[in-house]
Order: sequence, then C-alpha cells, then structure tokens
Amino acid sequence: MVRFMTSLMLMVCLLPSARAAIDAYPFPDEQHEVRYQSLIAELRCPNCLNTNLAGSDAMIAEHLRREVHRMLLEGKSDDEILSFMYERYGDFILYEPRLKTGTLMLWFGPLVLGLLAGFVFLRMVRRRAVSRALTAEEQQRLESLLQEKGQ
Amino acid sequence: MSDTTETVAATNRGLMIPLIVFLLLVVVLYLGFSLKDPHILPSELINKPFPVFELRDLHQPGQMLTREDLLGEVALVNVWATWCPNCVVEHPELLRISREENIPLYGINYNDEIDKALAWLARRQDPYRFSIVDDEGTLAIDLGVYGAPETFVLDSEGVIRYRHVGPVTPDVWRNEIQPVVELVRQVSSARGSEVATSG
Repeated sequence: MVRFMTSLMLMVCLLPSARAAIDAYPFPDEQHEVRYQSLIAELRCPNCLNTNLAGSDAMIAEHLRREVHRMLLEGKSDDEILSFMYERYGDFILYEPRLKTGTLMLWFGPLVLGLLAGFVFLRMVRRRAVSRALTAEEQQRLESLLQEKGQ
Repeated sequence: MSDTTETVAATNRGLMIPLIVFLLLVVVLYLGFSLKDPHILPSELINKPFPVFELRDLHQPGQMLTREDLLGEVALVNVWATWCPNCVVEHPELLRISREENIPLYGINYNDEIDKALAWLARRQDPYRFSIVDDEGTLAIDLGVYGAPETFVLDSEGVIRYRHVGPVTPDVWRNEIQPVVELVRQVSSARGSEVATSG
C-alpha cells in the first residue's frame, strides 16, 4: 500500500511536466503545426538548464512559444525564427549550436578526441604485435616445457 | 640490463600520459562547472541599441512610452515584477540608488497585473522615474530577459553597455554596476568633447 501511494504521488509530481506544452495554438494547416512542434523541440528554454520550449512550464517558455507561433503565422521561415531567438538569447537557446569560433571545440572536439584515441589504440596494438625472435636459450626452455605438457 | 631499465622508463612515461590528460580534464571541468553559474546566460545585447518599443506607462495608462524616453544620459533600466521574490530583495538598494545616486532609474514591469504592480510600489515606495508596462513580455523578449530581476546600464544614446542578472545588492552596485556607469560616463564625455572639437 505504501509502495502504491509512493508511486501514485510520484506520478502526480511528474504530471505537470507531461502536460507542459499544450497551449492549443491554432494553425492554418498541418505543415505549420509540424514546423511549430519541431521548432519548440529544438529551442531550449532559457530559464531551464536542460528542457526545450516544448517541455517547459516556465513563463518565458510560454512567451517564446507564443512568439514562435506568431512568427509562423506571419510567414517567417524556420531560419528567421531561429535567428530571432539567437539574437536575443545567444548560443544557449539552440540545441544545435551554430558553427563559429567559440563552438569549434563543441563541433569537432569529439572527432579530434576520437581520432586521437584511434591513433593511440593503433600504436598500442602495433607495439604489442612486434615480437622479437626467441634466443636459443629461450627456445630450448620452450621446447622442454612443451614436451613436459605432451607427456 | 640497460634494456630493461629503458623499457621501465618508457612504461613510466606512458603511465604519465593518462595522468596528464586526467589533470587537464580536472582543470577544464573545474573551470566549466564552478566558475560560471550555468543559470546566467551571456547577453547577446551588450553594445547593441536598446530595442524599439511602444508600451504604456504604469502610472499614466493613457501615456505611451518609447525608446526615446530612455535617452539623454547614462541610465539604469530594471526589469521587475510583483511575482518576483528577488525584486523584493533588491528594492531597498534601488530606493537608495534613486535617492542618493545621480542616475535615472527606469522600470520595466514584466508580465504583471497593473493593479498589483501599483499596490506593490505604493507599499514599498517607487524608485523608478517611470515604469513601462510589459504585460505580454514582448520588450523582455527583445532584451533577452528570461527572468526577473535584471538590470541594464544604457549609455546616453541608448546603447546597452552592461547587464546584471539577479538582485542589485549594495555589493553588486559598488563592485559591478557603479564602475560600469562611471566608465560609460567617461567614454561618453570623451566622445562628446571629441565631437565638440571636431565640429
């Protein structure tokens, strides 16, 4: 019973986030609606550290969703809407940051690290593969060991 | 024998590399996580003109305020609301600034109700020369505001020179905002005299 109550309370606590972005904005056609959904999914709520506009209850997220809706109806392109947000809130608001000097590390860092790791790995493998020939003494010991096993 | 020592030395050197990488990572992550508050977004609007707007005056509903009303001298613009707990925190300092410091302070009443806002100011006293009613948050969005309070320093031509996110405490005034105000004034007056001599 206690467990049931706990899970029930947890569910209740989680409810607001589940019904966060249902503002019911009217759109002339489905295409606008789809674009709206994808825009609010790729824009990050400036007041939350890791929630998109679609999933946030914050006041600012609500306002920005309204702005996205307004601009869509005004006939703005996706790019124009993203730029509008970028000019005001900067890199933070885009889940896919723009390519510029400050974000080079972000874009290519993983690639560079991956290449580096591959290079180190190859070197290690190659170093292990190089084996020197056995000395006569070692050869003898090996043979005697093998013979022992064979008996 | 010398062969073995060399191999050992090489192995030791090899062991150092992960250690160095690890230490570098520690430094980078330390800088990334501790020195910067991730809640504070760098402003895109520094050195850009204050956005154009046309919004009501909180105290005179018939009166429209525009960007022009903020120009003329170095000024502070403070974003506030009755729902914002930190606005209560900074209020005494704003009152002090409005009385003692020689700088105009304008308010943006952000996403609020006019009655509540007027009552709030009546109860706590009004530090603002006027408050702009931004009940839909459109001006706030143009300013890149994502919460309240926020405080902007404008130069006399209405260019945003500084932005402070969070309450203006006496400490923030002394160490952040006042030095900026003085610098902006110096730059403006230098530019002013330059214009005067060249003209």
